[in-house]
Amino acid sequence: MDLTTIVILILTGVSLFISVIKDRKKTVAALRIAYKGFIRLLPSILAIILVVGLIIGFVPAKWIARTIGRNSGALGVAIASLLGAVLFIPVIIAFPLAKSILDMGAGIMATAAFITTLTMVGFVFLPIEIKTLGKKFAVARNALSFIAAVVIAVVIGLIIK
Amino acid sequence: MNEKADAGANGKKRSIRERIRWDYTILLLLIPTFVVLVLLFPQKGGPARHVAWEYFKEMAYVLPAVFIIMGLVSVWVEREFIVKFLGEESGIKGVILSFILGSIPMGPLYVAFPLAAVLLKKGAKVANIIIFLSAWACIKLPAELMEFQFLGWKFTLVRYLTTLVVVVILSEVIGRVFFKEGFTPPAEVLDETGD
Repeated sequence: MDLTTIVILILTGVSLFISVIKDRKKTVAALRIAYKGFIRLLPSILAIILVVGLIIGFVPAKWIARTIGRNSGALGVAIASLLGAVLFIPVIIAFPLAKSILDMGAGIMATAAFITTLTMVGFVFLPIEIKTLGKKFAVARNALSFIAAVVIAVVIGLIIK
Repeated sequence: MNEKADAGANGKKRSIRERIRWDYTILLLLIPTFVVLVLLFPQKGGPARHVAWEYFKEMAYVLPAVFIIMGLVSVWVEREFIVKFLGEESGIKGVILSFILGSIPMGPLYVAFPLAAVLLKKGAKVANIIIFLSAWACIKLPAELMEFQFLGWKFTLVRYLTTLVVVVILSEVIGRVFFKEGFTPPAEVLDETGD
């Protein structure tokens, strides 16, 4: 368990405790909402965990670095942002990977696009996002993030030569 | 007020049942696929299993807590409060607050969706919630430290600031173009009816 998790658990525990003291009925209502939401989302999340595991196991970082690194210019940016959107990679792997993409000659733009879509666009998370926030919101947000990635990439490319 | 009643009346049972079946179908197909692939390719299966297990642990710790927070916010926090700080009239304060809320490191993006849903339901502005989710996704202190380490301060700083500006502008555009009449998230996950 890392520090963040511990802080979240303590915060939740304290809030729950205060809630029980203040109003037991309301707390039960809150827990019922929590339970229902959790149960409804659980199968999707378990499925996504398996998919993420498979992606990381079977799509080698070397392949990603080579595919993006080989293509410079606009094509490189396009490939980088698409791969970033589809893949899901933890930060610990993502930044060293971005570095090797950069070293392989992909250019600053493609690297920036890759990081941005990697973090902001989540095709893997889309089923959960649609469930909790609705199709319209989910599609709009992911589309925005995709456009943002390209804009950010271009701006960074212009600033850092 | 009426939305909740409507959502409850419009054949809710059927649509939920249909969806639940989909979830479980996919999950039940994925489990054997995962097991077979991991057994057939032990070299690739090792990392796959490791990563899946790590995410499973993270989910097991964090997700129940996040849903409890969602439930508590939904029960305790007054709508007026959210409207005041994150609603249509919240202006630049709402933008800044959304950024700060989103930057609190609390785990992967899917954790933020239920929280976003409850904030939207309480009257938060769509643009602010998109900012909240974007910040959650790509502006995290631990991640920034790694980025700094691998890609240098110049890249990190420029990317950070550009992201800030682009996200604020585009989320406002999305809010104005697609969600002119406001937005209420579906009742599926954030279900406040007392059955």
